[in-house]
Amino acid sequence: MTTEAHIIVNDLTMAYGDFIIQQGLNFTVNKEDIFILMGASGCGKSTLLRHLVGLKSPAKGSVFYQDIDFWRASEQEKSLIMRRNGILYQSGALWSAMTLAENIALPLGEYTNLGKAEIQELASLKLALVGLSGFENYYPSEISGGMQKRAGLARAIALDPEILFFDEPSAGLDPISAKLLDDLILELRDSLGATLVIVTHELASIFAIGNNSVFLDPESKTMIASGDPKLLLKECDDSRVRQFLTRGKNK
Amino acid sequence: MPKPHLQCQYHILPHKNGCLELQLSGDWVIGNNLPSMNDVQTQLDQDPATTHIKISSTELGMWDSRLVSFILILTKSLNDKKIAFDISGLPSGTKSLLKLATAVPERTGVRKTRQQKSFLEILGSGAINTISETKAILSFIGEIWLSFFRFIQGKARFRYQDFWLVIQECGPNALPIVTLISLLIGLILAFIGAIQLQLFGADIYVANLVAIGMTREMGAMMTAIIMAGRTGAAFAAKLGTMQVNEEINALNTMGIAALDFLVLPRILALVLMMPLLTIYSNIIGILGGMWVAVTMLDISLIEYYLQTKQSITLVDCATGIIKSLVFGLLIAGIGCMSGLKCGRSSAAVGEATTTAVVRSIVSIVVADSIFTILFQSLGI
Ligand SMILES: Nc1ncnc2c1ncn2[C@@H]1O[C@H](COP(=O)(O)OP(=O)(O)OP(=O)(O)O)[C@@H](O)[C@H]1O
Ligand SMILES: [Mg+2]
Repeated sequence: MTTEAHIIVNDLTMAYGDFIIQQGLNFTVNKEDIFILMGASGCGKSTLLRHLVGLKSPAKGSVFYQDIDFWRASEQEKSLIMRRNGILYQSGALWSAMTLAENIALPLGEYTNLGKAEIQELASLKLALVGLSGFENYYPSEISGGMQKRAGLARAIALDPEILFFDEPSAGLDPISAKLLDDLILELRDSLGATLVIVTHELASIFAIGNNSVFLDPESKTMIASGDPKLLLKECDDSRVRQFLTRGKNK
Repeated sequence: MPKPHLQCQYHILPHKNGCLELQLSGDWVIGNNLPSMNDVQTQLDQDPATTHIKISSTELGMWDSRLVSFILILTKSLNDKKIAFDISGLPSGTKSLLKLATAVPERTGVRKTRQQKSFLEILGSGAINTISETKAILSFIGEIWLSFFRFIQGKARFRYQDFWLVIQECGPNALPIVTLISLLIGLILAFIGAIQLQLFGADIYVANLVAIGMTREMGAMMTAIIMAGRTGAAFAAKLGTMQVNEEINALNTMGIAALDFLVLPRILALVLMMPLLTIYSNIIGILGGMWVAVTMLDISLIEYYLQTKQSITLVDCATGIIKSLVFGLLIAGIGCMSGLKCGRSSAAVGEATTTAVVRSIVSIVVADSIFTILFQSLGI
């Protein structure tokens, strides 16, 4: 496997106004990594994701995409980078006035020269991949919460992006769908060569698919561990990380 | 720099024993032009004895979900024709994606097709909608009354904090726009009046025209239209967004009636504020008229003031204020009702807001006409 760096985070400080969420973040996401962001609720995982995808500018530090400093790049470079990302938001963020098929068709129509029928075929495929075949003509308000999450996922992978950012993709899914989702994530990496950055609390899937991670701590407001989650479980001495990875059994 | 894509295509190689081989070559990716599936179809028509098709991908370059979707559709159409399809020659990644795409079979009966409605259907459902909407309006009015009685008995639950916020929003915060519009209306009335009245030297009657026009009609009417666009729309958008986020459901399931908690304070606030705004609007309008009269017509301030005072009675002012009370009730009621009935999408919020403004303005004008006829026949 290649170990080319895809995203490099350099001394990043995140803040809302004067309120610092996390500081001193340094880590590298390699190509074809499945990179897990973990930490207690409210520690700033979604905020970190927002910094990585270019929605919120850092209070200090920088985010590099390969060798481009994202926050100092020109608007054109920024939009090129953003276009290659696929993002699943924590709340789904589907466009509520469009059907699921239209949600997926919108980026395809904007960024490819495919015909209408081909776009429909691709939209159906993406919905099938997340287990929603047949729901093309449903509006987001007509499907369940877990289904909305999966539809958001289908939209995120619409353009076969190079980097996928998933914010809690398995929240609200039954165990079987969650397992299928893990398979899909592995397949997106192995077949399409995608890099994945995933926020998740699902221990089973952290160990099953993650090969690198950072652990954010809300008390010290910085990362206190990083590396392969399986190794962290074996080797990390920090009690906060151990508690998290063992569901609080190791006091 | 990304390389240009190789042209993607397939060749059909007929084999013995009714077997066709489909040889894929080139880059099967989203940015590339895919060959049409018709060639397979033609080949099958020529070779009716074909029993199975095998795929080979030794020449295949890059691929992405475009290839997966092509194979998926081909599989479906071959299945329908009962022709075996051997995909073992595909790259293993494609095969596993195909497996994932078919892992969850389509649930039966979920697929929706959107049909074109016939004219009769549209007419019929329109009529049914009108009836049910009328019922909804009537029951909304009824519920507001019940809620109002609960309020009088001190049983309605709402936060006074919210009430004051709404008061501020639809009272003091509306003053700048009401000032501007009323001043201009006063100016316009005086201008038009001045030109006509000057013809027979009755300049001084500009004061009567402006005073009566503002107090009886324009003050209440213009304020109402401003408030419909400003506050009625805000009510509809706010309640509509709460409906989209299920906040209204959350209130109802906690045993807090949305009507008491959200609608009642808004209606009370607007009904209280409308007469005050109207009185303010009247005064500003008269000042506007005075400005025109003094600068254009050689009428002194004192003359204008005395003429105005003489021309309007308390009854004139009262008619405007009564109207404004009713307008306030209409605007707040319609705004809140549109918001509460909002569907659960962003487009529905937009629709609710539009409906609120359009209906408020229509009902304001209709109510105003009714009042005019009523006052006329009562001789007020
Ligand atoms: N728009 C905002 N303005 C101010 N503070 C915010 C904003 N959004 C989030 N925060 C704060 O930032 C912190 C981190 O929020 P974030 O959403 O990143 O948490 P999270 O790690 O994703 O939590 P969860 O696992 O519950 O989703 C929280 O303490 C929150 O109060
Ligand atoms: Mg979050």
